[in-house]
Amino acid sequence: MGTINESTAKAMNLGIKAKVKTDNCEILSNRLIAASTWEMTLTCDTAVFTAPGQFVNVQVEGCYLRRPLSVCHAGEGVLTLVYKVVGKGTKIMAAKEPGEELNLLYPLGNGFDTTCCKSESERIVLIGGGVGLPPLYGLAKKLIEEGQRPELLMGFGSADEIFYEAEFKNLGIPVGIATMDGSRGIKGTVLAAAEGRTWNRLFACGPEAMLQGVRDLAPEGQFSFESRMGCGFGVCMGCSCRTKYGDKRICVDGPVLSKEEIIW
Amino acid sequence: MVDMIERYNMAPEARVIDTRVRLGNIELKNPVIPASGTFGYGAEMAELYDLNLLGGIAVKGTTRNSRFGNDTPRIAEAPCGLVNSVGLQNPGIEQVAAVELPRLASLCQIPILANISGFSKEEYVACARRLDQSKEATILEVNISCPNVHGGGSVFGTDAKAAAEITAAIRAVTGKPIYMKLSPNVTDIVEIAKACEASGADGISMINTFSAMRIDICKRRPVLANVTGGLSGPAVFPIALRMVNQVFHGVKIPVIGMGGITTAEDVIEMIMAGATAVQIGAANLVNPFACRDVILALPEIMDKLQINDLEEIRGII
Repeated sequence: MGTINESTAKAMNLGIKAKVKTDNCEILSNRLIAASTWEMTLTCDTAVFTAPGQFVNVQVEGCYLRRPLSVCHAGEGVLTLVYKVVGKGTKIMAAKEPGEELNLLYPLGNGFDTTCCKSESERIVLIGGGVGLPPLYGLAKKLIEEGQRPELLMGFGSADEIFYEAEFKNLGIPVGIATMDGSRGIKGTVLAAAEGRTWNRLFACGPEAMLQGVRDLAPEGQFSFESRMGCGFGVCMGCSCRTKYGDKRICVDGPVLSKEEIIW
Repeated sequence: MVDMIERYNMAPEARVIDTRVRLGNIELKNPVIPASGTFGYGAEMAELYDLNLLGGIAVKGTTRNSRFGNDTPRIAEAPCGLVNSVGLQNPGIEQVAAVELPRLASLCQIPILANISGFSKEEYVACARRLDQSKEATILEVNISCPNVHGGGSVFGTDAKAAAEITAAIRAVTGKPIYMKLSPNVTDIVEIAKACEASGADGISMINTFSAMRIDICKRRPVLANVTGGLSGPAVFPIALRMVNQVFHGVKIPVIGMGGITTAEDVIEMIMAGATAVQIGAANLVNPFACRDVILALPEIMDKLQINDLEEIRGII
């Protein structure tokens, strides 16, 4: 295993632990922004989030387990979630009207660690596939605030699934798009949008096959993983995974894992 | 009796509500214990609320050697519950006895139910022997009912003779109270409970999860990597209640009742069925404050139902 350097040690325990709480959060808006893809904003104690890439666990009536959804953006008392309708829970969420409430368990997970980006000349790329894209929005804002100039690559199935293109462009960052059917941007996976370029550091969120596909676009990287979870706060061992630094739980030790610890 | 009637006739604010219960000679300040596997080793929960609120705490099941558990996905949704196939992930008995239990004991001063499991009689005995030396373990809860590991505990929990053998073997190596955790996946749970009692068990913990499965109809394959798992949650509560009631009438030792308990009303119902104490499992995963909320609601519901002492209602059915 060799010695563990400072950045690795940090990556092993990303983020600061905060107290988890439950809250009834009022829905401020809930709108369709792309094919089967919705953006919901809610009132929320956003001050408790410590890093982009953390998630919330949403209680949906009629469903027993909460639904883990990554935070798109959290600030000034407003939480933004972007979710795709894939099953019973998200279908119920999509039918919610402003003024209704959802019970949220938050803040959960470690999130992306931006403190490792030291040099301002560092070339950083953010890579998002489908609804893996939302947490990269909060991350992009934070990186820009910290003086970085990240690029973004976004991959979708087809043009009608694309969302947040304007939002990312409004942050002033270059945006590369790929679609599987070629209906927008470069045809192929998000890897094709890289067009052979490489970076110093990457932050990625999306399906595991995508994460694996893009892992060598930079020597340093952080990857946000999905998993079926029971609790979301580390007690049920439902989302365990093996890493080079021992067994971890995606919900509390992740969802963001660093490149050097991941066993692909 | 006169004394009880007098107490009932007192003004509600004057009534003394006593939530204490006794498991043998161990007193719990209230009957609520988080169930094994839904509370880790307590460290995560201790960040959320004071564990001293709890009646006791049942920690994650432990085997002789460390286990990663089953492949993921390990969790599937179910109507009013979930199916899990974690597969006894744990750091092994030495780590639990030497590190996890002392850490838990530093976080709270309540009875600890150390849960053990195994793949052979020798493994159960080795775990029990090690925990017998643990000053933190108050009760040994012996899982002979895990449905998620092949050749694991449930082999011993579905046969009265095997259950009796494991009980006796553990009895021989520890003076600590032994609570045998039973599987509901049997034809006659009373027979197995009686066999445990006859072999020296101090109590019965029941029930573990129901063997179950879910299928992803889009992918045309099981949701769980392990194919099958164990169903828990409110879906199983009425069955758990019936089984606890049957076992209560079949044995003289205390029964810790569990299976889908979510509210203080459920606790009352389970105690009326015959449970001395209860465990809350799946509800912790949905609401990390579930045990606290139930404990805080208990005196109020007891008052409303004119119950001064849980002993008054135990096994009245």
